[in-house]
Amino acid sequence: MPDSVKIAIVGSGPAGLSAAGRAAATGVSHVLLEQRDHLSDTIYKYQKGKLVMATPDVLPLRSDLSFQIGIREEVLGTWGTQITGLKANIRFNSEVTAIKGEKGNFELTLSDGSAINAEYVVFAIGLQGNIRLLGVPGQDREWVQYQLNDPDEYSDETIVVVGAGDAGIENALALTKQNSVIILNRGSEFVRIKQGNLTAITTAIEKNQIDCIYSAETARVDDDGIVVKTPQGETKVKCDRIIARLGASPPRKFVEACGIKFPNADPSSLPELSAQYESNVPGLYVIGALAGYPLIKQAMNQGYEVIEYIQGKQLKPADEPLLEQKFAKIPGNRSVLEILALIQGSVPLLSGLTTLQLREFLLDSNVHVPRGGDVIFERNDYTNSFYSIVDGEVNILIDPEDETKVISLGKGAFFGEMGLLSGRRRTATVMASMPSLLIETPRRSMIKLINSVESVKRVMDEAAVGRQIQTYIAPGIPLSDLQELIQTVKVEKFGQGEVLFREGEAGDCLYLIQRGSVTVSREVGGKEAVISYVAAGNYVGEMALISKAPRSATIRAAVAVEALRLDGGPFQALMARNEAVRRTIEARYRGRMLQNIESTEQPEAGGIIQFLIEQGLGEATDVLLIDEALCVRCDNCEKACAETHQGTSRLNREAGPTYQTIHVPTSCRHCEHPHCMVDCPPDALRRNANGEVYITDSCIGCGNCERNCPYGVIHMAAKPRKKPGLLQWLLFGRGPGPGQAVSGKWGPDSKKEDGGPKKAVKCDMCKDVTGGPACVRACPTGAALRVEPSEFFKVVSSGL
Amino acid sequence: MHQSILVFRNFRYLKWAASVIAAAVVLYVFHSPEYGLPNGGTWLGYVLGTIGAVLILWLMWFGIRKRRYGTGGAPVEDWLSAHVYLGLALIVIATLHTGFQFGLNVHTLAYGLMMIVIVSGILGLMAYIRVPELMTNNRRGMTLTQMMHEISDLDTACRETALSLGDEINQIVLKAARDTRIGGNVLRQLSGNDPNCATRQANQAVRHLADHAPQVQAEGFRSLLGLLARKEELLARARRDVRFKAFLDIWLFVHVPLSFALLAALMAHIASVFLYW
Repeated sequence: MPDSVKIAIVGSGPAGLSAAGRAAATGVSHVLLEQRDHLSDTIYKYQKGKLVMATPDVLPLRSDLSFQIGIREEVLGTWGTQITGLKANIRFNSEVTAIKGEKGNFELTLSDGSAINAEYVVFAIGLQGNIRLLGVPGQDREWVQYQLNDPDEYSDETIVVVGAGDAGIENALALTKQNSVIILNRGSEFVRIKQGNLTAITTAIEKNQIDCIYSAETARVDDDGIVVKTPQGETKVKCDRIIARLGASPPRKFVEACGIKFPNADPSSLPELSAQYESNVPGLYVIGALAGYPLIKQAMNQGYEVIEYIQGKQLKPADEPLLEQKFAKIPGNRSVLEILALIQGSVPLLSGLTTLQLREFLLDSNVHVPRGGDVIFERNDYTNSFYSIVDGEVNILIDPEDETKVISLGKGAFFGEMGLLSGRRRTATVMASMPSLLIETPRRSMIKLINSVESVKRVMDEAAVGRQIQTYIAPGIPLSDLQELIQTVKVEKFGQGEVLFREGEAGDCLYLIQRGSVTVSREVGGKEAVISYVAAGNYVGEMALISKAPRSATIRAAVAVEALRLDGGPFQALMARNEAVRRTIEARYRGRMLQNIESTEQPEAGGIIQFLIEQGLGEATDVLLIDEALCVRCDNCEKACAETHQGTSRLNREAGPTYQTIHVPTSCRHCEHPHCMVDCPPDALRRNANGEVYITDSCIGCGNCERNCPYGVIHMAAKPRKKPGLLQWLLFGRGPGPGQAVSGKWGPDSKKEDGGPKKAVKCDMCKDVTGGPACVRACPTGAALRVEPSEFFKVVSSGL
Repeated sequence: MHQSILVFRNFRYLKWAASVIAAAVVLYVFHSPEYGLPNGGTWLGYVLGTIGAVLILWLMWFGIRKRRYGTGGAPVEDWLSAHVYLGLALIVIATLHTGFQFGLNVHTLAYGLMMIVIVSGILGLMAYIRVPELMTNNRRGMTLTQMMHEISDLDTACRETALSLGDEINQIVLKAARDTRIGGNVLRQLSGNDPNCATRQANQAVRHLADHAPQVQAEGFRSLLGLLARKEELLARARRDVRFKAFLDIWLFVHVPLSFALLAALMAHIASVFLYW
């Protein structure tokens, strides 16, 4: 006979724990199911002494457990004591493998075969997923581990690493420094891993630093080693330790198996939930990171609230005061609920959102009440937020030369999506034409919304096509005139290096680059040579349409590209109909033709472009280059960077590749679509109007951005103490000199555990430093140069 | 695009320096003091001396300025370009200030120190113009650390290959790994060469032994010689890299300390002129 409770809570992270705390405090029958033998596994696995942040500061905490910024041990210790004090009913080592039934009568099957009956189920399982175990006898031995926090903890051991994915390889490589390592690969070669890891592991195997057993299946774990099945038979590998990195099954799969729906296959999409966190399956609730709330405080609040809701209590959400504050500037003194209704009623784009989604959307957003004539943003700004018009009207100034040429957008419309799509500068200035009410939403929240709400994605896509054609190809032509062309448009995606079209093919269409950038190359002497580079917001392929000759060049994606494919027929018809469009396109055609001729005269320019594209400059907006013919290797650039940024240089001059004398040091390129922004829990990575991508103080030090940056330009560093001034060093030798490493007495405050909180640091283009980038200003010989790649490529193609 | 400090801002600071020099020369040519020949004690002498002293202080301030990061004002490249041209102008200004009177005294000492500082600066400038490109070409896309890593990898490979080739070869290879040095004292760094390079000696010895090696070891000898040759080539490049870096740095060891000696001599010169004359 299975146990029976009212509420079963799955997962004991901050959300689940807080829910269990509330359930215990209110005396409702409940059980908290945790698959490990300890609480809050994700935080438990943080490294020792890691500081756990409590952002956002403004959000009040609503939970029976307390939580404030502190080191991992304190936070876990407090929760442990409090949850015991509350007498919550916790079952450890209880992985839920299946859920059947319906509201009022769910049956949860556990991994040990037992079952629990519950009227309601709360999912608080986070995003980490279930780590896959070896699945053979002996997998639970103490010296078999499924994670590796600090490879330097082990020395002089023989360690077997099971799993040849990125995680396994990275662990194996890190362990070779002090240990003898054997890696087990189920396949006969390494596949589906990062290029860098592939090179590193094959070199390490060649040099006998690591032994690899291929086509190896684990049979069992004995007292002194692991037994492996290979095509040659079973062998025992003696070892002191086994580290298995077999990946994790994503929690989404399990949740979907329970009947909870996600709007689409995008990995960032979130389940649809009611304002009370209930999913499409009545009685099943989802809270915490899996519901899209990755911060501890949000999760704890939801844990508390969900138990209240299940018990039928009404409760103002914890974010109510925040919304009140946000809405304070809206005239008319209306309540939060009234304003939410007003917004949803006036902006069709947002009408498909659930109340929960709308609240979250507005929490991230800002409310603006511009007067007539106020500028919302300027052309060429780098901001990438998105605006919805709740009330009033704005004018888009489409012609920078002529202020009278405007497109007006009224109540319910939206704008700013072009910057969001292309990651590039604003294409036009927007101005309020009367007192208005606007909502400005940051890029990340908008992307989250697009990926989570199908209707938003559809509306955005449709509008974007028309507006892009209007902006980039046919300025000033009303949408009604473009309908025929718009109907033929298809959005096509190309991976890095894929070809949009080839030289010599017949041309029947034109591509408008919506996101990413492409290279233009031609065959010169039997080899494909790059001649130029085209950034988002431009089109390619018009030459063949005008001349009716075969394609004169090959177009290749320099980075991941999204392009609008426009059919040739309607495009030619548009040119025939409209004199202005024809003239602009013909002018561009002549420009391209000249460029083609010039480029054949200057093959070396193509070599430079190709090299820079290979270094990822195709997605950069601002990059540091060093002319090695001038660089005297004094490292004053690095010193300047360290001195203006709390002692840590964000650039490494010497590292990075060189072509002829152009050197690309390891430093931030301020990508169009920054990889670092992808998965930042507190949304601390921002881009400001001049384009610099920087990290705000709300960084919680999780290291996601460091891992996501493909260029290795983000580090985790603690803030050192203030050191003595320059003259004190110069005259009396006090403290470390300019650019010298700060450690010991002048290093980070050692009284704090782990030397103070480590936070992510990266180049911010010296946005707060007088005079601009310190690296360039400190270069005595003028070798360092910051360039915007698209401008730079123009200079290169027209001769250095 | 990138511009060298000499042509920087279309020779702005060269023009400044040239005007100062021209003015000084013109004044000097038409200057006829009441008593005797032109010298530091006439009104023109004082003017040139003051200009010279102020210039020296300003030129030395460059050391402070280039370490003051994030303070705004002109970029360091402006400062260096001006430092170079105005420093050169000092030759003319100070020489005219002396009125070509030299002797064994603190005044000529200050002048002499100043000239050494300027000449060392000119050498530094020449290094700055010539060496960076040589350095890049020599590196062929590798950093010095990468070269060191590869050299150490080659050492390991040599030892492994040597295992099948007998004790004598093993000793030679071990010695080559142990005793090979890159860099060393100043002269060694500047020469970019090691006349007693252990790897070169090993290479010669192995080549000699290879001539008498039995057939079964031929393959082993061939690969060992290949590895040693590659290592020698890398060593040569690494040593050249050290040499270039030394060229870029060494002049500063004259330029900076002597600037301070000059400053002291200059103070003595000024004090003695005003106190004892």
